[in-house]
Amino acid sequence: MSEPPVLELRAVSREFRVSRGLMRGKATLRAVDEVSLQLRRGEALGLVGESGCGKTTLSRILLGLLPPTKGEVLVDGAPLSAKDRKARARRIQPVFQDPYSSLNPRKIVSEIVATPLDVHEIGAPADRAKRVLQTLDMVGLPRRVAESYPGQMSGGQRQRVAIARALAMRPEILICDEPTSALDVSVQSQILNLLLSLQKELGLTYLLISHNLAVVEHIANRVAVMYLGRIVEVSDTAALFRDARHPYSRALLASVLTPEPGLGVPDTGLGGAYPNPMDPPTGCAFHPRCPRAMGVCRSRRPEAAPTPTGRVECHLSPEAP
Amino acid sequence: MTAPLLEVRDLRVEIPLEKGVLNAVRGVSFEVARGETLCIVGESGCGKSLTSLAVMGLLPKRARRTAAALRFDRQEMAGLPERKMARLRGDRMAMIFQEPMTSLNPAYTIGDQLEEVFLAHRGEGRRAARARAADLLERVGITGAERRMRQYPHQLSGGLRQRVMIAMALMCGPDLIIADEPTTALDVTIQAQILHLLIELKREIGLALVLITHDLGVVARIADRVAVMYAGEIVETGTAAEIFAEPHHPYTRGLLACVPAPGVTKPGEPLGTIPGIVPSLIGEMAECGFRERCPLALAECARPVPLHELGPRRACRCVLAAEAAA
Repeated sequence: MSEPPVLELRAVSREFRVSRGLMRGKATLRAVDEVSLQLRRGEALGLVGESGCGKTTLSRILLGLLPPTKGEVLVDGAPLSAKDRKARARRIQPVFQDPYSSLNPRKIVSEIVATPLDVHEIGAPADRAKRVLQTLDMVGLPRRVAESYPGQMSGGQRQRVAIARALAMRPEILICDEPTSALDVSVQSQILNLLLSLQKELGLTYLLISHNLAVVEHIANRVAVMYLGRIVEVSDTAALFRDARHPYSRALLASVLTPEPGLGVPDTGLGGAYPNPMDPPTGCAFHPRCPRAMGVCRSRRPEAAPTPTGRVECHLSPEAP
Repeated sequence: MTAPLLEVRDLRVEIPLEKGVLNAVRGVSFEVARGETLCIVGESGCGKSLTSLAVMGLLPKRARRTAAALRFDRQEMAGLPERKMARLRGDRMAMIFQEPMTSLNPAYTIGDQLEEVFLAHRGEGRRAARARAADLLERVGITGAERRMRQYPHQLSGGLRQRVMIAMALMCGPDLIIADEPTTALDVTIQAQILHLLIELKREIGLALVLITHDLGVVARIADRVAVMYAGEIVETGTAAEIFAEPHHPYTRGLLACVPAPGVTKPGEPLGTIPGIVPSLIGEMAECGFRERCPLALAECARPVPLHELGPRRACRCVLAAEAAA
């Protein structure tokens, strides 16, 4: 039998009770809606979708920072409850978007990188110091920065510190939420190169959340496309970029502005209106924006259908049941 | 040839600091014609945002601006009193900032703020202002404009707020829009939609656009001409096609190698990088600003390098380009 996925979501949902304003009571917002997703050992899975689609809620569930309302999270095939948060944190670590706000400005780098080791009481203080320096080596930071404050460092160096902090626990999985969006172009490529080489050297598994599809195409070997809390398509990266099945995936890919002059800016035909998640459309949630919507799309939610390289939720797909 | 709509000659911005004078913008010259899009590209600290603020007359108080010429529609703006500058701004030239939350007043509704621009510059009354605001909101892709206009900025998502900013810039039908990273914080789908709109306006009303960005994808798709900035100077100019197909300056080349591009970079393979950091701009710089990081630096690069003309409206600030052209 094949190895179980290192991390798996089974029909996971997460709802929030949201105030609708004074005297109007509360409404339910389903940020993540019956998501099933597998993260295979050693792969980089890209997670893409527009703001508000539930990417960040999903990553917080994976990190154990938010319990799901429904469904199961499995690590190495075994369910992990919220109580095992520490055990989970040893294996799954986050890298956040903004290295300016995710690092404590009043701590020096060695303290920041040692924080997870302190929390999990790993090793004697001397061992921890050694581990911190080794980790700085791994992310390409000179050891002398151990005594620096984040405020004394450039954006790229700070993001390396954030990656070092995540790696201090020697985790198997990194959840990277927009790891390069706040960085300059020339620094972004350095961080992407670092993530690629760390993955090769340490056999890391990545979940890469990004709205920059060019970055996703470069790093990820599989991509999950999220829309209004659901994963509407999962596919191998090359196959998705060549031949996306879901009209939303297509529109998203068409919006990517590659550095090729003369191609102009495409009209995605999406219309601007991202639906209100408190009042999701009936049937397929994408139908009000879909250029090819049919009657059935308004009335019935499409079921996930397997494709040669993944699965898709669309009535128009030739694989639709 | 008709005079350019915007002409900037030898623009300098100096900011006195305790440690010395920060020469943030060091002799920048460019021009923009009606219906033309100029993209100013560069990384943080290169002076691109200060350049745009200097043109609009919106620099922070302690910054000093000098220029040999700063002309808008043949009118010199350098000595213009603030009252006259304010009359131009928002009416014939408008600015779009990256941070919509800090540019919108939290205490007024969207509608009030949109209408205010129009009322301040045009004496056509509130009804006309409201109609124009509603129309522009629809055009920037905001549905239910009437309802949105009664809302406050905090009730809108970041993407919606940015579209409100763009609608506001368009209220008086300006000749020139300077947009500083207008779509950087937005989703790719909305980015495409907004850039599409700007291109349409350019065609319809001959809008001139100065777009300041670090996103080379945006530059490639929208720019007629490109100015690459580094360490307070323009290091290369040309058409988008020239810059992307045949970059001359080592910095431009380095920058282009950093971004994944279909057919050029291979997924999973290392991307290009530019080692080193930008030089300090405090005090006079007596050499090529890129020398410390340049893989091709020569002895001559230790002297100030002039902009070499490589053709009509094509120039590069590099001794190697000068040699190649000779």
